[in-house]
Amino acid sequence: MNIVNAIVQGIFLGSLYALLACGLSLIFGVMRIINLAHGDLAILGAFLVWVVTDKTGISPFIALLLVLPVMLAVGYALQRTVLARSLRGGPLVPLLTTFGLSIVLQNGFLQVFSPDVHSLGSNVGTLSTGSWKLTSDLSIPYLGVVLLVVSVAVLGGLHYTLRATAFGREMRATAQDPDTAGLVGIPASAIYARAVAIAVATAGIAGAFLAIRSSFGPASGPAQLIFAFEAVIIGGLGSLWGTLVGGIVLGVAQTIGATIDPQYSILTGHLVFLLALVVPRVKATAPRKAFA
Amino acid sequence: MTTAPAATRPAGNPTQLRITRSTSASRITSGVLLAVGVGLFAVPTLFGTNAVVQLTSLFIYMILAVMWNALAGYGGMVSVGQQAFIGFGAYATIWLTQHGVSPFPAMVLAAVSAAVLAALVALLVLQLKGGQLAVGTWVIAEALGLLIVLDTGLGGGTGISLQGLNSYTPELRHAYIYWLTLTFLLAILGALFLLLRLKTGAALQAIRDDEEAAASLGVRVRPLKFGIFVLAGFGCGAAGALILANTLFIQPQSIFGVQYSAYMIFMVLVGGLGTFEGPILGAIIFFVAQQQFADQGAWYLIGLGAVAVLFALFLPRGLWTVVSDRLPVQLPLGYRLSTSHPSMKEQHG
Repeated sequence: MNIVNAIVQGIFLGSLYALLACGLSLIFGVMRIINLAHGDLAILGAFLVWVVTDKTGISPFIALLLVLPVMLAVGYALQRTVLARSLRGGPLVPLLTTFGLSIVLQNGFLQVFSPDVHSLGSNVGTLSTGSWKLTSDLSIPYLGVVLLVVSVAVLGGLHYTLRATAFGREMRATAQDPDTAGLVGIPASAIYARAVAIAVATAGIAGAFLAIRSSFGPASGPAQLIFAFEAVIIGGLGSLWGTLVGGIVLGVAQTIGATIDPQYSILTGHLVFLLALVVPRVKATAPRKAFA
Repeated sequence: MTTAPAATRPAGNPTQLRITRSTSASRITSGVLLAVGVGLFAVPTLFGTNAVVQLTSLFIYMILAVMWNALAGYGGMVSVGQQAFIGFGAYATIWLTQHGVSPFPAMVLAAVSAAVLAALVALLVLQLKGGQLAVGTWVIAEALGLLIVLDTGLGGGTGISLQGLNSYTPELRHAYIYWLTLTFLLAILGALFLLLRLKTGAALQAIRDDEEAAASLGVRVRPLKFGIFVLAGFGCGAAGALILANTLFIQPQSIFGVQYSAYMIFMVLVGGLGTFEGPILGAIIFFVAQQQFADQGAWYLIGLGAVAVLFALFLPRGLWTVVSDRLPVQLPLGYRLSTSHPSMKEQHG
């Protein structure tokens, strides 16, 4: 098998993982919690886009634009109801509540949408199947390029927001010290709510692209959470560009593993992640307070 | 009037403070509970196979709940990946029986080897904190499951049966599995009781409440967390081997499934996180819920998840604290601060 082709396809797959991971990274950076329902929220986005596309026949991309405000509202409500209260209960409680939420979401999907697996690939025409053939065994899929562009745009947009806007400064201040930020007039709860809203919206985008690129079902969420988490850790905590790199490393590891045997694909990704845990680099580059 | 602190007042002063660890009532209660535990060994001689099988699965849930509570409630480690050790215990049992070990010794050896695996995993994941540890252990469970799928000698993805139990009659087989389950459960409860009763108990509870503060007071956090993680690996490995013995057939997707973590979290949150008795109560509640509602499918699991969320938010120390506040006696695990004035009694768990 062609290793160059595997790496190229891995970069596109990795863009999807980076897109999945940036919301997880954002919530962790600002609130210091891992949202264990993140993968299921991505699947919620995928289901909503699928429903809109299925009912109206419009392009999934336009459907995604309609779904995004809903995802923002879901994120905002999530923080205001479950997460805000969890944060007051200590560092372990958010894990327990988001894990419980993940179980509720997965089985809710199962109840509402049946266990069927769906794909939006056929709804975007040649975009999902077409590619530029460079050589006999190297091709650049259209969708891969779109994914890379969207992923760089979303992560770049988040990075710009954090670094260069007033809201970004408030987020960074809250991440460093919510109490002191509160003293100078930045209410942590409002910052958290907006950060979670943005994170859930990016999960929705990632879910829609997952649905277009391959397929999804009610139980797809946990795997997406694991891939997103691996991308965050491989890339080094607290850095959005690191998350992009981590996603791409994970994607390339999976596609190279798949060229040996399709069964090795996900396992190779896990092994690269475990390797990243052993290598002290991750610890060294991870600042104690992310985004600071 | 003097303003000297009560504790430094001379002996004989009516408001002198004393720390007691047990009362005669709590000692009698412990003795009775121990006798009940030992008495449970008689169940297979008194009741039919159905009761024995049901009790076996209840005890397996108890082992899982007690182990998850030891991790999260005392070690401050939320793991979503204990199914790694459940699956490993089950598959180690299969592997050992394939290599000539008879099933029951194989199950004990499998639990021990799960503890060894836990020691290795601990080196990797104990440097992680909070949510990172949770997902880190989960990835290890997923990776182990995928490795088993690749191994056709262990049945690959289609699953495998436990051989070698056919030589027993069903009644005797279920009785043996029951006795082994009860032995594991009592051993684990005994180990945890000792850990909490000795000096390590105060240290563990300090870690649970605030790891950094505990470390700054001289509590050796790492060895304790390591020990708890290995103990949990042992218990979950034993549970995996027992689940296999109880069902005789396993598949990697289900034995390495994250639903075990969901069950453990539910049992511990409902029963009482960080209490000795809570997980036992939680396991009983979960067992009853499983009997009553499991045929509701998705709605049942939605209910489990929602109840766990509500408990985490509104009653984070579970039902046991509600019960125990009203009980006149407690297990001799805490430190009871007493003065001669009966209304000034205060208890620290």
